[in-house]
Amino acid sequence: MQILMFGWEFPPRMSGGLGTACFGMTKGLAGLGHRITFILPQADQTSAPFLNLVAAYGIPVSSAALEDRGAGVLHRLTVHPISALLTPYLNEDRYRELTLYGRSGFRNSAVVYGHDLIAEVIRYGRAAGAVARRFSFDIIHAHDWMTVPAALLAHRISGKPLVLHIHSLEYDRSGDNVNGEILAIERDGLEQADRVIAVSHRTKRMIVERYQIPPKKVSVIYNAVSRNEAQRIYRTERTGRQKTVLFLGRITFQKGPDYFVEAAARVLKVLPDVTFVMAGAGSMMRQLVERVGELKIGDRFHFTGFLQGEEIERIFSLSDLYVMPSVSEPFGISPLEAMLYDVPVILSRQSGVAEILKHALKVDFWDIRELSAKIIAVLKHPALMGVMAEKAKEELRTIRWDTAAERISELYRETV
Amino acid sequence: MPSVCLYFQVHQPYRLRRYSFFDVGHIHNYEDETENRRILDRVAQKCYLPANMLLLKLIEEQQGKFRIAFSLSGTVLDQIERGRPDVLESFQRLAATGCVEFLNETDSHSLVFLFSPREFKAQVLRHRERVRTLFDQDSRTFRHTELTYSNDLAIAVEKLGYAVILAEGTEKILGRRSPNLLYRPAGCAKLKLLLRNYRLSDDVAFRFSDRNWAEFPLTAAKYAHWLHRIRSEGSIVNLFMDYETFGEHQWEETGIFKFLSALPGEILRHPEFRFQTPAEAADGNRPAGEIDCPEFISWADEERDISAWLGNAMQQDAVHTLYKMESAIRRRKNEGLLKTWRMLQTSDHFYYMCTKWFSDGDVHRYFNPYESPYEAYINYMNILDDLSQSIKNSKGESR
Repeated sequence: MQILMFGWEFPPRMSGGLGTACFGMTKGLAGLGHRITFILPQADQTSAPFLNLVAAYGIPVSSAALEDRGAGVLHRLTVHPISALLTPYLNEDRYRELTLYGRSGFRNSAVVYGHDLIAEVIRYGRAAGAVARRFSFDIIHAHDWMTVPAALLAHRISGKPLVLHIHSLEYDRSGDNVNGEILAIERDGLEQADRVIAVSHRTKRMIVERYQIPPKKVSVIYNAVSRNEAQRIYRTERTGRQKTVLFLGRITFQKGPDYFVEAAARVLKVLPDVTFVMAGAGSMMRQLVERVGELKIGDRFHFTGFLQGEEIERIFSLSDLYVMPSVSEPFGISPLEAMLYDVPVILSRQSGVAEILKHALKVDFWDIRELSAKIIAVLKHPALMGVMAEKAKEELRTIRWDTAAERISELYRETV
Repeated sequence: MPSVCLYFQVHQPYRLRRYSFFDVGHIHNYEDETENRRILDRVAQKCYLPANMLLLKLIEEQQGKFRIAFSLSGTVLDQIERGRPDVLESFQRLAATGCVEFLNETDSHSLVFLFSPREFKAQVLRHRERVRTLFDQDSRTFRHTELTYSNDLAIAVEKLGYAVILAEGTEKILGRRSPNLLYRPAGCAKLKLLLRNYRLSDDVAFRFSDRNWAEFPLTAAKYAHWLHRIRSEGSIVNLFMDYETFGEHQWEETGIFKFLSALPGEILRHPEFRFQTPAEAADGNRPAGEIDCPEFISWADEERDISAWLGNAMQQDAVHTLYKMESAIRRRKNEGLLKTWRMLQTSDHFYYMCTKWFSDGDVHRYFNPYESPYEAYINYMNILDDLSQSIKNSKGESR
């Protein structure tokens, strides 16, 4: 089947789960014989020309990957970057920063970006949706709200069925302070799409309850994780002497970083030698740096800033425990990545991935007492840590992109 | 004359309360009394009372020809003595018929034999004493928790004066021999061994209501017909199962009580067949051979070994931490601490920590009050932490 996909970033430039998911799923679909025309927004087109991007396929890092596995499916994939100042997880404020302090080359660009985020999404939608005129395809597959205008335009132009894949909703990202315009775009996409894929039952429930979409239109297909253990550069470096607890993700309301800080303070009262690491960047960072100071745990609590590629591998390999205290997490791929590094995981029950993982500890994100108690338990009991890591490894073998791609493929067949 | 030997295991553990790390040092009562009472009431209503009544009626009808055996764990005895005297009374009525044998086991329904010979003996003697007091019987039959068994256990049990011991009739120890015969445990001179016929037992305990089973629905006539095919001289068909099979695991709606009600009549329809209790079966027959069982076996899971309780590192850690406390506990001479320590030995606590979920998942999950084996382990270790502090503190008090 020929698929026109409106997706997001490819490695090595990844800022979170959305890109990881698009990449894994595309690889899986190509492996099943589908041809994919992959449209993505890209700001600095001059510095990352199309060819480089394709060459970057099959990452991380080593080029050996390209030669053995990647090449087989690569020819079924064409990537078309469209100039746009869009990245996953943008909000109005971040967008304003981007346009004001944009990178070099921005000024020279022929493209005139939208004056605010919504305008830019709509401008991108016109440019990207128009590619539908240039290609032939059987089905359109779009990911999250920012690609909705593009997908709807392509849908109108071609008359081909539209599958909208929801990785997160405005309610997840912003809680009750939702942006009405974004909500309207989401609603428009959900209503007009022929089929909707939700990354968890949790997300499906939200789609059905908050957007009044008929349940039978929404299919749950879980994300997975790509195994690249053979290419692992960093072997586990845990020494067992000093324990490290990791938070990795955007430091925003949605990810619950504040609960991690509060739990850290409680744990440190009992186990004063533990190190807490918060990896990522985001709008709550300054507030949390202050809170860490107030709690007087600064010597045991580190902020790394935004990490990428190798740095992420390295931080996983140094950690003894991974905590994902998200307030609202449609899926959450990063715990699966932690498990690849034999790191036991504590998850918020308010996450989609908690629906499929058995060999992880689960807590309600607001329950700081329980979260701290579980962190203490894992750090105190090597037997617990060992069994969790061992069993998680077995469990990971069943969570494959190939399986997810097969289910998506089946859904295509039903839709076309 | 072939015999059918029916034995029902009656057991309820003390389920533990949710015990956080931050409760250590503050809360010293570990039992979830509400939950234990709720489950006991449910099982009493659905199983113990109706099944006991039915068995009593069948015994009376058959005028001594229907004979059965029970083993009631010490933890279920505690709970019915405390909360449901009506249930205790109905078991006592069964005992008074003279057709029911009450077996002995370790009082805490523990795996103590693997860890402490001294505590093993204490628990067996305590259970023997309770059965004597409550049911007026001196038991001659022993069975260890979950039918765990080995040569060493048999030797120890013989020394305690028992005539017969029960075990799982697994191919691991039988090879190609039949489970339907009396054997002698290796290393024993007098003790006899009865082996569970797991196919026929599980036909009732597990498969009875399984609609995908080729033999569904199972009628008493059909089942008796299968038994009647085993009729060589000296045959003993040992049907051992959880008593909760009747009404709790297999609900009344499945027809399990009707099945049980018709079973004695159908089996006794064949003139050569009779019911015997384990002690009677052992008395009336000579061992057909010797069974060598150097490694522990049990009636659990496909593996029929002890990995359901001690198979992973958490279970090992928990059980060793528990038994390391033994000498300290004894030195304190504090009844309360000893009682708590014993309550924590019940095998169920370790079963909840089992991670073999993908092969035998369903059975484990059904009985597991925890969200995951990890929660079970954390909860248990927090409690041990507190108990260990209590032991230290009680030293201060006794000075």
